[in-house]
Amino acid sequence: MDWSFFVGHVNYWLFVVLMMTGLYVVVAKGNLVKKIVGLNMFQTAVFMLYISMGKVHGGTAPIFPTDMKIDPATVYTNPLPHVLILTAIVVGIATTALGLALVVRIREEYGTIEEDEILEIEQDMASEENRIHGQAMGGRA
Amino acid sequence: MNTLIDIVVFTMLVTTALAVVRTHSLFATVMLSGVFSLLSALLFVTLDAVDVAFTEAAVGAGISTVLMLGTLALTARSEKPSSHSPLIPLLVVLVTGAVLVYGTLDMPAFGDALAPAMTHVAPDYIARSPAEIDVPNIVTAILASYRGFDTLGETAVVFTAGMSVLLLISGRRITRAEAEKGATGNAKGTDDAIGDGSDET
Repeated sequence: MDWSFFVGHVNYWLFVVLMMTGLYVVVAKGNLVKKIVGLNMFQTAVFMLYISMGKVHGGTAPIFPTDMKIDPATVYTNPLPHVLILTAIVVGIATTALGLALVVRIREEYGTIEEDEILEIEQDMASEENRIHGQAMGGRA
Repeated sequence: MNTLIDIVVFTMLVTTALAVVRTHSLFATVMLSGVFSLLSALLFVTLDAVDVAFTEAAVGAGISTVLMLGTLALTARSEKPSSHSPLIPLLVVLVTGAVLVYGTLDMPAFGDALAPAMTHVAPDYIARSPAEIDVPNIVTAILASYRGFDTLGETAVVFTAGMSVLLLISGRRITRAEAEKGATGNAKGTDDAIGDGSDET
């Protein structure tokens, strides 16, 4: 691996590090709000990876002069990833809002937003239900 | 100079991400997530994506922080320390990261003007938009005109998400605790209360 390859790819690897930190928060943490924060971090890292693919050396932001007298020598950065990521950011906030609404709803129902406590309550509910069904069948189930 | 700014912003981003992993205060987590978005907006500016930068600063650092603070007000203030071992998540993350890095090895170098992403529609958009759309900002021209259906789809997604949020958290609902309390009043109601609970889950 030579130096120019390293310089040309190190940005991708740094974005992967950020992505994986977000993924770690999603997988390892039990708190639902924290999971959503981790998901947001992952998402932002993906956006950065995508935008960095559109960068051109010596390029400038893809905006023409307001008088529209365009110098043909100007190099513009690829505007297409910017458009796609603008859409993705707005969709991302919509899904975040939906996730947070689910968290609020879970808290109302279970009184907690910790994953392991919710699982415990679910198990208690299931065994209680089994007990009642067992009684209805004369204690033989 | 640009490289120096990139390195500084990257270091701050990684520090913020690690702080989110370490802290147990949810308020601090939400604030750090806002900081993360703002730093990423800074990085977008250095990558020439100014439209993305201000959208990220407004939406990522602004609206999402407000939504999360609202959620915190309705739920909890701090996180319970996890009782699980972090080894398995760490392994999953390391393997996934290694696969992703392996995937980047074939990618064109950063800033390569001859990369596949630069040679198809993008130069076409840049060449044609002054004559066809006549808007100085190429991103606006593509967003609203060439790829207008993308934006229409985005609007549909936002509408659906908004409706779902309203359905989830507005109006009066019977919680499980209340259903159980109502059930203890008459002994025969126990089955019904549990039936209701399983319907909702």
